[in-house]
Amino acid sequence: MRNSTRRRRLLAPLAFAGVAALALAGCAETGSSGGASGATVQISGGITGGEADALNKSFDQFTKDTGIKVKYTGDKSFEGNIVTKVTGGSAPDIAIVPQPGLLKSLIDTGEVQEASDTVSKNVDKYWGEDWKNYGTADGKFYAAPMLANLKGYVWYSPSQFADWGVEVPKTWDELLTLTKTIQEKTGSAPWCAGFASDAASGWPGTDWIEDLVLRQSGPDVYDDWVAGKVKFTDPEIKKAFDAVGEILLNPDYVNAGYGDVKSINSTAFGDVAAKVADGSCPMTHQASFLSSNFLETKTKSGETPKIAPDGDVYAFVLPGEEEGQLSVEAGGEFVTAFSDDENVQKVVEFMSTPEFANARVKLGGVVSANKGADPSLASSEFLTETMKTLQSDDTTVRFDASDLMPATVGSGSFWKGMVSWIDGTPTDDVLAAIQAGYDN
Amino acid sequence: MTAIDEPGIRAATALTAREVKRQEKDARNKLTSRGATLAAIVIAVVWTIPTFGLFVTSFRPGADSATTGWWTVFTNPSFTLQNYADAMTSGGTALTLGQSFINSLAIAIPATIIPIAVASLAAYAFAWIPFKGRSIVFVGVFALQIVPIQMALVPLLSLFSRGLTINGVELFPGFTLRDVDHSFATVWIAHAIFAMPLAIFILHNFISEIPGEIIEAARVDGAGHGQIFFRLILPLAMPAIASFAIFQFLWVWNDLLVATIFAPSSSLPLTQTLNSLSGSWGAQWYLQSAGAFISIIVPLVVFFSLQRFFVRGLLAGATKG
Repeated sequence: MRNSTRRRRLLAPLAFAGVAALALAGCAETGSSGGASGATVQISGGITGGEADALNKSFDQFTKDTGIKVKYTGDKSFEGNIVTKVTGGSAPDIAIVPQPGLLKSLIDTGEVQEASDTVSKNVDKYWGEDWKNYGTADGKFYAAPMLANLKGYVWYSPSQFADWGVEVPKTWDELLTLTKTIQEKTGSAPWCAGFASDAASGWPGTDWIEDLVLRQSGPDVYDDWVAGKVKFTDPEIKKAFDAVGEILLNPDYVNAGYGDVKSINSTAFGDVAAKVADGSCPMTHQASFLSSNFLETKTKSGETPKIAPDGDVYAFVLPGEEEGQLSVEAGGEFVTAFSDDENVQKVVEFMSTPEFANARVKLGGVVSANKGADPSLASSEFLTETMKTLQSDDTTVRFDASDLMPATVGSGSFWKGMVSWIDGTPTDDVLAAIQAGYDN
Repeated sequence: MTAIDEPGIRAATALTAREVKRQEKDARNKLTSRGATLAAIVIAVVWTIPTFGLFVTSFRPGADSATTGWWTVFTNPSFTLQNYADAMTSGGTALTLGQSFINSLAIAIPATIIPIAVASLAAYAFAWIPFKGRSIVFVGVFALQIVPIQMALVPLLSLFSRGLTINGVELFPGFTLRDVDHSFATVWIAHAIFAMPLAIFILHNFISEIPGEIIEAARVDGAGHGQIFFRLILPLAMPAIASFAIFQFLWVWNDLLVATIFAPSSSLPLTQTLNSLSGSWGAQWYLQSAGAFISIIVPLVVFFSLQRFFVRGLLAGATKG
């Protein structure tokens, strides 16, 4: 008894001193290890998982040539955190910003460096005016595009189409006829869709609408709509909603493999790939990135689906009003520099060259809109086609509208509006509610 | 002091004691009845189903998880450890899950010890050293608990990275740690600051309950504040300290926001890697289930080894006597 009390008496101060020493030692250690890593350029962005590993790898040759190390760190909540970090004075050297709207808010902090002449020339040469405009604010050019993805694909099963004796449609009307034909042949819904994406739920729906606005009303109306000059309540926009509604609000046409119209809201956007792969969903509308989701799925016979024009899954670009009209919607990231350090600028310049695009495209899963890049390097036939479409001078490319609109609309009322529209709210009410986002 | 006759008080106490005992017995009977047990089991099972589903998913091949629900394993079993292997090695950021696991420990342990070291001293001072404005300062410290962390992020980060200069006089140069590999100082300081109000409050409530006679006796024997604190207060307050340590450790272990904002990219914790594991388009979400169970190991070990403190800690500072 006595013994143990005495021991405890000794132990307590000892433990306390130990604790304090540990804490202080930790501080000292971190303090002294600084200074060594001079030539490492820190990049951060929202790209994660395997794509992040590939991005890190695409700098290997560059590091060998120049001695500049590049370290990319992905963060799923990048969009929210980067503004805090930049305002707090702790910006990375380079940020990969996925939305022009977010880029504008970052430029407003005054921390973003203007692009160098070399970068500016590269963008003129390899991308063109439309892309350059998205990285420009108040007449100054800040950020070059990096990778791209093409929206407005319809994923389908070529082998099923062959069984049913149907062809890939060339116009919007043909698509509607095709939908009807499949519905009559199979007796079940021809389309599936998933709008669920945690806090961003509804965004797959905005892509549908944007595609239809671009195809029905043309790029000029689309640009005015993005700028807020054409309101959501405008007949042109309502026309797009009505066209999409012919498919998505029709209980006979959706939601293949899941249930009724309302199940669209509870289905995760990435999960539909599995239903297309196993044949229970004939068609779904999603961007080119869905091709990577198919790697994790299985066909009815238990194999990984083959993505090819004669394989298990493939995609066609959502057709326009008339045959041959090629207006597509794209997404992409912008390389934003926060430091005018020589090494950082070298990395930014490298990222605007076709060499970088080739290095990254070769590692698979992505495409670039860089006209100097070689489409044959893409990891699949599908991605090669996508890249050719993006690079072609005949293609009218427009950036994702919801990414360009102010955040209260583009990532606010527009997303929410799509969800409530699927839930059965009348179109006019939805349009008014989305438009009201501009007043917030 | 008013005079009350002692037998009266004793009788009253005896009565309440008897009543309390009867109520306790009553409650015990009700809680151990067959119906109550059944209800408890049902609630426990229902409560566990989602976690169990996640656990099963973590052992299923990715392609299976993408197409069918976890309950189909009962009719069509197929299991793999591949998810755990993949989760440990493919981090999705510059770090792998294994590396960030170590980072998490390096963040959570000091971020638990530092606030306790500071708060126990402060709590002692608030409880046993009389000084002017003591209660106002104490209320002020606890009132800071109301300030949401999010409000403090930008100013604190700005202080760390830019330093503090008022009218051209540099008061604090700022840390230049952004490019330093594996520096945790900013995260530790941030966590310590955010933990302080609650830590001081809980420890103060416990330490102020220590009978004054003990401390007076120590003083009579010639003990100074140092001796009183180390020899009396710390050993006596151990249950409260241990319970706060558990709360703080679990909070820091599960924290994503503070670490993402303050840690340099080489020092990011497990939660950050776990969050990024599923990939940009969520194609590999099944890896997250495996990652979640890797990350849960440490909180489970902490909880089970310190369980008795945990239950006691729930009552620390809450009830008297």
